[in-house]
Order: sequence, then C-alpha cells, then structure tokens
Amino acid sequence: MVPLLFSTGVLLLGGFAALLSGKRRRWASAFGAGGAVLGCAAGLAPAVSAALGAPSQALRFAWPLPGASLSVGLDPISGFFLIPTLLLSALAAVYGIGYLRDSKKPAGPAWFHFNVLVASMMLVLLARNGILFLIAWETMALSSFFLVVFEDEKAAAREAGWVYLVATHLGGAFLLVMFVLLASSAGSYDFSSWERLPMSPAFAGLVFIFAVIGFGTKAGFLPLHVWLPEAHPAAPSHVSAVMSGVMIKTGIYGLVRFHAMLGSPPQSGPLFLAIGLTSGILGVLFALAQHDLKRLLAYHSVENIGIISLGLGLGMTGVTCGSPALAVLGFGGGLLHVMNHAIFKGLLFMGAGSIQHATGLREMDHLGGLLKRMPWTGSTFLVGAAAISGLPPLNGFVSEFLLYLGAFMSAVGARSPATAAPGLAALAGLALIGGLASACFAKAFGIVFLGEPRSSRAEQAHESGAAMLVPMALLAAACVLIGLLPWLVIGAMGPLLASVTHLPAAEVTPVLAEAAAILRWVAAAAGVLIAAVLMLAGVRRALLSGRRVETAVTWDCGYAFPTARMQYTASSFAQPLLAFFSPFLRTRERKAGLQGHFPGASSWASETGDTYRELIFEPLFGGCRRLLGRLRGLQEGRMQIYVLYVGLALVALLIWTLGAGQ
Amino acid sequence: MGNLIDGVTALLLITNLMLLGSSFLSSCIRIVALQGVAVGLLPILMHERGPLWRPLLLGVAVMILKGGVFPFVLSRAMREADVRREVEPFVGATLSIVCGVLALMLSMWLAARLGLSAIAPGTLIVPAGLATMLIGLFVIASRRKAVTQVLGYIVMENGIFALGVALAGGIPLLVELGILLDAFVAVFIMSIATYHINREFDHIDVDQLNKLKG
Repeated sequence: MVPLLFSTGVLLLGGFAALLSGKRRRWASAFGAGGAVLGCAAGLAPAVSAALGAPSQALRFAWPLPGASLSVGLDPISGFFLIPTLLLSALAAVYGIGYLRDSKKPAGPAWFHFNVLVASMMLVLLARNGILFLIAWETMALSSFFLVVFEDEKAAAREAGWVYLVATHLGGAFLLVMFVLLASSAGSYDFSSWERLPMSPAFAGLVFIFAVIGFGTKAGFLPLHVWLPEAHPAAPSHVSAVMSGVMIKTGIYGLVRFHAMLGSPPQSGPLFLAIGLTSGILGVLFALAQHDLKRLLAYHSVENIGIISLGLGLGMTGVTCGSPALAVLGFGGGLLHVMNHAIFKGLLFMGAGSIQHATGLREMDHLGGLLKRMPWTGSTFLVGAAAISGLPPLNGFVSEFLLYLGAFMSAVGARSPATAAPGLAALAGLALIGGLASACFAKAFGIVFLGEPRSSRAEQAHESGAAMLVPMALLAAACVLIGLLPWLVIGAMGPLLASVTHLPAAEVTPVLAEAAAILRWVAAAAGVLIAAVLMLAGVRRALLSGRRVETAVTWDCGYAFPTARMQYTASSFAQPLLAFFSPFLRTRERKAGLQGHFPGASSWASETGDTYRELIFEPLFGGCRRLLGRLRGLQEGRMQIYVLYVGLALVALLIWTLGAGQ
Repeated sequence: MGNLIDGVTALLLITNLMLLGSSFLSSCIRIVALQGVAVGLLPILMHERGPLWRPLLLGVAVMILKGGVFPFVLSRAMREADVRREVEPFVGATLSIVCGVLALMLSMWLAARLGLSAIAPGTLIVPAGLATMLIGLFVIASRRKAVTQVLGYIVMENGIFALGVALAGGIPLLVELGILLDAFVAVFIMSIATYHINREFDHIDVDQLNKLKG
C-alpha cells in the first residue's frame, strides 16, 4: 500500500517540477517523464503481488470533508487493473519525450497534466471511499481534458475537448447520484459499508442502471461512446495511448468493482451481452468507414470495450445461473482483454503517433509505402494489428479464446434454446467482430504501410527516434509473449477471478487449468508455425545467397504512366463491406459526376459521421440549447438590471421567509 | 436625546426622498453628503454607556469622510469627466419618490416582522436604516450615470451603518472603522474607474457598458 502511495507522490512531484521548469523543455521532459517512469516502476511490484493474491491491504485516514475519508485499499482487482495502468503509462511517458521534442507548445503543462492523469487513475483504482473516488474520477477527467485540448489552436481540438468535457461530466453526474443513493442507504460513503448491502430489487436495479450509464460513458459503451472518436485523435499520441489503453478501462474497473461489491441483478448478464454485441459490431463497422487513422483506432476502442463487456456479460450470466466455469471464463476473458487491449491499443496509438510525427498526416489516403521508410514502426504496428484482430499466436487471441470457450460451453450445456441463445449470440458476435476487425486492419496496414506513398510528405517520412521506438518494441514483445505463454498469464488470474466472482479458489483453478491446457496446444502449434516460417526464411536466404537479387515495382496493371493515386484507397478497400452495412453507417458521398465526351477533373468524397451523435445527441443537446437560450434574455448587459435582480431577489426572499412565519 | 435621534432619523428619510426627487448631479452629491453627516451624528447621539471617545471618534470620522471627502472626490470626478449635469434616470422623479415611500412601508413591515422594534425602542431608526438600504439599491438600479451608482452605494452603506449602530450599539470600533475604510476605498476606486471609463468611451453611462458583454 505504502509503495503505491509513494508512487503517486513521485508522479505528482514530477508533474509539479515539470510545470515549474517553464520554458526549459528538456527539464520539463526530464522531470515529467522521469517522475512518471519512477512512480510507475515503484508501484509495479506491489500491484503485481496484489494481483497474484497477496493479502488485501487497506489504509484509512480521517478527512474533514463530510462523508469522506482518505480510505485506500489494494486487493487483486485493484492490483490487476494497476498493472496495465502503470506499465503503459511508463512506456507512454518515455514515448512522450520523443513525441513532444519537436512540438512548439510548452512541454511543462503537458507533462503536469499527464502525471496528474496517471496519479488520479491510480487513485481511482485504490480509493475505497465514495467521495475520494469521485474526486479522483473528476481529476482524471479534467487532466485528460487538458491533454485533449493540448493543441488548442486547432478548432477541432477545442471542439473535441468540449464534447469530451460534456460527456465525462454527464457520466460523472450519474455516478454522483448513484453514490448518494448508496450512501443514503448504507449511511456511509466508505466502500466497506457498501459490501453486500441489502437492497430491494427495484433499488438495486436503479443503482445498476446508474452505474452502467456512469461508468459506461467513461468506458465508451455504444451509444455513450460519442466522445471517443473526437477526443482520442485530438490528444497527443502518447496521451491517446494512455486514454484509450487504460483510462477508459477505469469504467470497466468501476463496473467490476461494484459487481464484486454489490452483486448484479439477474438481468445484468443479458444486458451486458447486448451492450457488448452492439458496441463491438457497430464499433468495428464505424472503424471500417473512417479515413483518419487515429479515429479508426478510437472506434476500435469502442469495439474492444464491446468484447470486454461481452466477457462481463457471460461472467454475470455464469454467476446468475450458478455455473462457475462460465463465470470464470467470462470474467477471465473480459479482464484479460482489458490487459491485452491496453497493450496492443497502446502500441497502435503509438504507431499512429509515430506516423503523424514523421509525416504530419493522419489521413490514410495520403499515406502509403511507409514500411520501407519506417520499418520499426511498420513491423510493430503489424504485430499490434494482428493482435487486435484476435489472430493467434498473439495476446488478443488468448482473451478472445477464453470468451469463445465460455460462450461455447454455455451454448452446449444449455438445456433449452432460450438459455442457449446468449452463448450463441456471443459466439456469432465474436466471430463477426473478429472478421471485421481483421478486414479493418488489413485496410489500415495495407493502405498506410504498403504500396507507394500517396503524397510528398509520406514520401519524405523518416523513422522516429529511439525514445518512441523502444516503448513500441516492448509492447509488441508483450503481445507476442502473452500469446506464446498464455498459461502463465491465465494461471495467475485465479485470485483475481476468485475475488470478482466470490467463488472459492478450488472451483476457479480447475477451469483456468483446463483453458490453459487447450491454449498450450495452440501455443505449441504457433511455435511450430513460427519455427517453420523462420526455417523457410533461412532456406530462402541460403538459396538466394550468391545470386543477384533485383527489386522492381509491384505489378502496375500494365499502365504506361502509373501514379500513386491510381492505387487502391482506404475507401475503395472498405466499400464492399460498407455498402452491405450502409443502413447502420449512413455514409455520405459527394461526387462531381463526369460530364461531356472529354470529361475534365472530377472528385469523389465520402464521410461517415457518427450516427448516434447525429441522430440522438445533436438533436437532444440542440433542444436543450434552444430551451436554455430563452434565458439569455436575462443577461441584459446593463449593470442596473443585474442590481435590480439582486435587489428583487433579496426583497422577495425576505418577504417570503418572514411572511411564511405569519 | 430622543428628540434629537428622531430628528436625525427624519433627516435620513428626507434626504432619501430628496435624492430620489432631485434631477441635478451636484445637488445629489450635496444631499448624500448631508445624509452622511446625519448618519455620523447617530453613534454620538445613541451612546449610552462606556467611554464617549469611541463613538465620538467614529462619528467624526464618518462625518469627515462622507460629508467632506466623498463629495469632494465625486465632484472632482464629475468635473474631470465633464459629464452632463442631469441625473437622467430610467425611472422618473415622481415614480421614484413613490417607490421610496413603498420601500419605507416595506421596511416598517420588515422591522415589525423581524422583531427589531425592541431595539432602540421609541425610535424609527431600524425601519429608517432598512429603507435607506433599499433606496440605495433602488438608486443603483434606476440611474444611468456611474456617479449616481457610487451615490447609491454610499446611501446603502449609510443604511447599513445606521442599522449597525442601532442594532448593536457595541459593534467593535475596529469593525466600524474597517467598514468605513472599505467604503472609502470603494468610492475612491469607483471615481477613478469612472474617470478612466469616461476617457476610454467618452461617456460614463453605465447602460452603455453593455457593449462589453460577451
């Protein structure tokens, strides 16, 4: 416990030192990143040992704020979520040194907010008091807001920050109400008093709905996801990595924490399955329709949150219907996916950042041919892309495999079609999501890294520096390691799953061991495959040695004067799939048709906005704005009128209070 | 003593109504100065026990500030800003006086309801103080010029002072002097601000400051 508090302290100190170093960029980076790396490193060991089942610890200090206490604790759940938070934040800090080096903006505030963000995420995971939790939660929201508007000279960044601020505060408001409800029922804001709180079904349902909306907004459940595709692209890339990789997972943490603390109503399993299916499928579809690389990755976060909530849904179904195997596999797959998504999404955002750093571009259709110019970025991005598509032998496969196994078991073991339906839906949904994700990353990787550069900036791209490449290489290595040694990771999740599901360890371990045994075969097959590929590569090398090797352009369809613009584009790659799903996507196309016998220049453009934002939130907020706009008449601008308001209000209040007593 | 206190109270009320009815800035300033002197007399007249020098000091300080310094500062600001001499109210003189009378009635009712008549029995000082506050607020809200806003502020402060003297008799001297200092600084700053706003915008009509709103 104490090392973790020490580590938050180091983070904050580093942040303040960076803030105070003013215009000296080097110092700011050294203090900020140094504090972040030291702090995260100091906290890692206790987090790991807690996740592995070290006895829970707690500290409690009094706090004069009403209802609040400085109450922190460390148990397997907190420990497990802390691991990706600390690891990814440390790597992102190192990456940030390189990323911010050439920026014109002052680095001090950026580092300050980054370190505050990491420290507040830690505090969210450690807090054991409602007020403390909410304060940490809001600090996290505000510091990330300041990072989203880091490039505040761009209108798009300001707009994104605004959307994010509204979304996060609406979510926060739901949490506040939920906490007040719980506290009024339990008589205290301490989590320990909420443990197994007896609640009437209606009250429990209300609390549950508030939790799903409040935490779901942060996590990015559809249709509450609208801030993700705005905020993630706007933030600097190391921040996008942290926000998408771990910050949105605090929403998942909240749901898991409250499930472990209060239990969930019986309808929660199907609800989470439905949320998971819609978020997963629509998330990946919207991702497929994007032209902006970071926006595409942001929609993939929605998709992966969907996969995670599928896992939670399966787990809750398992808990409700008393099937330990389903509970363990569902929660195990979902939570492992939290870790895995942090790793590969962090990697992918860093890759996108590296591309943006080198070319200044995020538009996929302006890039191309980067694999030759940025081999490290390209190959690590490829690993991340394969991992996020759930392909073996990488880490994404392991967590999705647990989910497949759980869904399969629940479908096969069901006694009636009705009970088999959730498992079947999850199976079909996972398969669809996996296929679409593969298509999407085939598009992203193919358009960005293969072929010929589509613009001069892409042509002049150069590889990024070591500060940016080393974190990416480490994350890629983590993807491969978890993929090749899955039984180590799965075997270590016993204490975590026992405390989430409240099952005895004796029931949890056999299920995990069984899953690990199957994965061992998969990993062995993958090992053989890798060995075979390496051998073939060796044979090829041996055969080619001593011979002349020529390089030539890819076959160019026999055109006499091919240009880079004749290549397949991201839009054309995705078009068949998008046309199939067009009712959901509402892609708008603008084309200037060809005219005359000798047509001149023409153009075609497509744009996929966010259907939910356009159909739900914009009308909703537009209505609020119009309604509240009527009050603008009150802001007259004349001081006399304001004084009159004050005077009238005072006199009215006086008359009211005094008249009431008559 | 009672008669004298009644006289001062009446002076307070009369100056209030005169202020509402007067249409020249310079006479407004003189009326407020007169009211300041009247208010300054109150602590001396209401003194009952304890050393006399404390209320004496307070009263003299009030009289010097409100009867001498404030009018001087304001007249100077007015002269330098070269404002027109008319008050230019939003609410005409007659209606203003009617409002003043209404405010007085409201204050009588308030004083009765608040149970404040037990304090300083036999005098009307509490309702008069309340009425002075309300009328000060009304002057701020209903007059166009920045100078009149300052005057309204001073009138409000007079009301608070009268109430304070009546209510507590024993408000510590230091607190009273602190309030006085506050008022002094406020008037000082407002005069300077008025002068600068005038230089910047060629007028000190507060209602035109709404061009500054976002």
